[in-house]
Amino acid sequence: MSRLTVDGEPLEFRPGQTVGAALMAAGILSWRRTTHRGAPRGLFCGIGVCFDCLVTVDDVPNQRACLTPAREGMRIRTQEGTGHDQL
Amino acid sequence: MTQAVVVGAGIVGAACAYYLSAAGIDVTVVDRGQIGAGTTSRGEGNILVSDKGPGPELELMRLSRTLWLDLAGDVGAAAIELERKGGLVVATSPAALGPLHEFAAAQAAAGVRTVEISRPTDFEPHVDPGLPGGVLYPEDMQVQPVLAAAHLLASARQRGARVMQRTAVHGVRTDSGGAVTGIDTSSGPLRADVIVNAAGTWGGEVGEAMGAGIPVLPRKGYVLVTEPLPTVVRRKVYSADYVANVSSSDAGLETSCVVEGTRGGTVLIGASRQRVGYDTTIDAEVVSTLARQAVTLFPMLKAVNLMRVYCGFRPYCPDHLPVIGPDRRVPGVYHACGHEGAGVGLAPATGYAVTRQILGQPVGAPMSSFSPDRFVGGAAA
Repeated sequence: MSRLTVDGEPLEFRPGQTVGAALMAAGILSWRRTTHRGAPRGLFCGIGVCFDCLVTVDDVPNQRACLTPAREGMRIRTQEGTGHDQL
Repeated sequence: MTQAVVVGAGIVGAACAYYLSAAGIDVTVVDRGQIGAGTTSRGEGNILVSDKGPGPELELMRLSRTLWLDLAGDVGAAAIELERKGGLVVATSPAALGPLHEFAAAQAAAGVRTVEISRPTDFEPHVDPGLPGGVLYPEDMQVQPVLAAAHLLASARQRGARVMQRTAVHGVRTDSGGAVTGIDTSSGPLRADVIVNAAGTWGGEVGEAMGAGIPVLPRKGYVLVTEPLPTVVRRKVYSADYVANVSSSDAGLETSCVVEGTRGGTVLIGASRQRVGYDTTIDAEVVSTLARQAVTLFPMLKAVNLMRVYCGFRPYCPDHLPVIGPDRRVPGVYHACGHEGAGVGLAPATGYAVTRQILGQPVGAPMSSFSPDRFVGGAAA
């Protein structure tokens, strides 16, 4: 097993898994909240089309968890709203 | 009771229906597609005085701006996302500053509010701090054009107007004197004393079908849409070369940089002009050119994803002025199209002016430059 972190907490994954798959396998269903209503979001289409599963990967916001391959040491951050709060 | 058929359910047709129905005229709006599905949905919702030099188009826009505020009071500013955000035109080089100030001074003499500024970052914190200066235009506004078209048509319907979607125009019916008595459509014939050609980019074809052709042609424009952001672009911000670009008659690709935020959080990036007919292909080169220019103006956009790109067709005439008024070849036909990139801004004044012309009343703005007569050869019929 390899390991990445989610909001600083370690999470194990199998090589070849996407970030979305690793999160789901660990029982995490939501990793983003919408901009206006704060509603929870996670995998919806799972194939890169719907942009619902956005997550911050190594400080880059709005990455699609379902298409991003998990890598050793990756820093995943759950996201509030646009993910661009630093602007 | 006068019966009017408005061809086109875009923002201009909707404004025509709004003012015609308010004047007690019986109105039917026909569109071969759906409400606001043409150029109305492919722009940025500009209501700009900033890009117009002194002349009849600026006068019409000043009238239209006042009418937009009235409309917002009627249907609700929030419902149509009308924002009095103001515009900021920046010089991208010290050499561009002189001509920009000169242009602004002429506008100010014509009654436009202008404020010269030397530090754009005082007004738009995320703009490139190296920009040498600019001009603020507090009167510039923005609206969501499709929402606006829908609300104006809803108001017209409350006054008895009908809207027929998926209805194409085939031709006019006239009496022995050549005057309009009706219009043939794919949904059957409609009685009409007056027909308003508000078909936008397709106004040339619609005019032709009625024996009243006018030279309206498509000019392709791209708009880039970023992912939603916090409020980082407050006004409509563009580089001074946009003005020269709009009035240019060059057939090739021209780009200038126009950046603005929306209520939804996305940032819209324009503007390109290209004469390639009705080709809707998205060219990656154009997209990257526009993106590069936007990053020059707002460096923070470098770290922001584009979500989508759309393009549309701005209806332009050879002299870059709209066609508004009666067509003397077919009495009863009025044109209200060819507004190029200013159709949203000029829509209320166009609908108002056409209504006044139909009623035989003065418009209150000089209209002769917009008359279809300029394209009709020979002596008056």
